Amino acid sequence: MIRRATVLLLLLGLGGVFSALLFGYTPDDELNRTAAYYAGQTVRDTGAANIVTAIIVTYRGLDTLGEVTVLFLSAAIVGLVLAHGARAGGARRRPIPPGELLETGSRLLTPLILLLGVHIFVNGHLTPGGGFQGGAILASATLLLLLANPMRRFSHRLIRLLESLSGLLFVLIGLLGLLLAGGFLDNRILPLGTLGELTSAGAIPLIYSLIGLKVGAEFSSMLAALAETQEP
Amino acid sequence: MTEIALATGFLLILIGLYGALTNRNLLRMIVAFSVANTGVNLVLVGVGYLRGRAAPILDATLPAAEAPARIIDPLPQALVLTAIVIGVGTTALMLAYAYRLYLTRGTLDISRLRELKW
Repeated sequence: MIRRATVLLLLLGLGGVFSALLFGYTPDDELNRTAAYYAGQTVRDTGAANIVTAIIVTYRGLDTLGEVTVLFLSAAIVGLVLAHGARAGGARRRPIPPGELLETGSRLLTPLILLLGVHIFVNGHLTPGGGFQGGAILASATLLLLLANPMRRFSHRLIRLLESLSGLLFVLIGLLGLLLAGGFLDNRILPLGTLGELTSAGAIPLIYSLIGLKVGAEFSSMLAALAETQEP
Repeated sequence: MTEIALATGFLLILIGLYGALTNRNLLRMIVAFSVANTGVNLVLVGVGYLRGRAAPILDATLPAAEAPARIIDPLPQALVLTAIVIGVGTTALMLAYAYRLYLTRGTLDISRLRELKW
C-alpha cells in the first residue's frame, strides 16, 4: 500500500515537471544556429541530399562508431549470456516440421527482403533510411526464417566474419579520411559528385553500407542466440 | 500539433515508469521500459518539428539554397535514430538476462529475488 502510494506520488511529481515543460513550450519559428549550419552547409561539405545521414555519418561519425560499438557489445553479451543457457538433457520432443507453404513462402520472400534492405542502406544518402534501418530489415529476413522454422540454425562463423569485416573496413575508411582528407571519417576521400546521384557524397554510401551490413549481422546474431535457447 | 506529440510522449514516459515500478514480473517491466523509451523518442522528435516545414531531405523541389528556411531541425532525428538502435540493444540484453535468471531461479517475480534487498 505504502509502496503504491510512493509510486503514485513520484509519478505525480514527475507529471508536474512534464506539464510545466509542456505548457511552457513555445515552438521555434526558425532553426537554431546548429541546425541552420547543418541545413546550409551540408551540401557544400558532404554532398549528401539526406541531411540526417550527413549528420550521422560525417558530422557525428565518431559518435556513430561508438554507437555501433555499443551495439556490438550488447550483441556479444547476449551471445555470452545465452551461450550455455540451453538446458542439457530434458525431454527431447520431435519438432513439428514447418509446412510446405511456410517453407516455400519464406524461401521466396527472403531474397526480396534482403534486396529491400540493401536498397535502403545503399540509398541512405538520398532517401529516408540508411544503414541502421537497412540493417534492421536484413535481420528481419533472419527473423522470418526463424519464424518459419524455429529449429533452423545459422552459421555463426559467417555472421561473425561479416560483422568484423564490415567493422574493420568502417574504421579503415575513417583512418583514410585522416590521411587523405580533413580528418577521421571525413567523407571527401572520394569525389563528392552531383547532388542526388547514387555515386555522390564521397564515402557516405560506402560507410553507410558497411554500417548496414554490420547492424544486420549484429541483430541476426542476437536473434540466432535467442532462438538457440529453444529446447530441441 | 507539436503539443499533441509532446503530450503523448510525456504520457508514454509516465505509463512506462508506472508499469516498471508497480509490476513484479520481469518481462512486464521490460515491456514497460520499452514504452517509456518510445515516449522519450517521441518527445525528442516532437521538439525538432517546426510548423509547415518539410523533412530534411533535399531534392528537385527543395534546393539546397532554400533549405535553411524550409526544413525542420535534422539534429533530433539523428539523435533519435541513435536512441532507437541503442534501445534495441538494451532490450535484447534485458531479455537475455531475464531468461538466464529464469533458468537459474525458476521465477521471473522480482519479489522472490531478494539477494540485493536491504
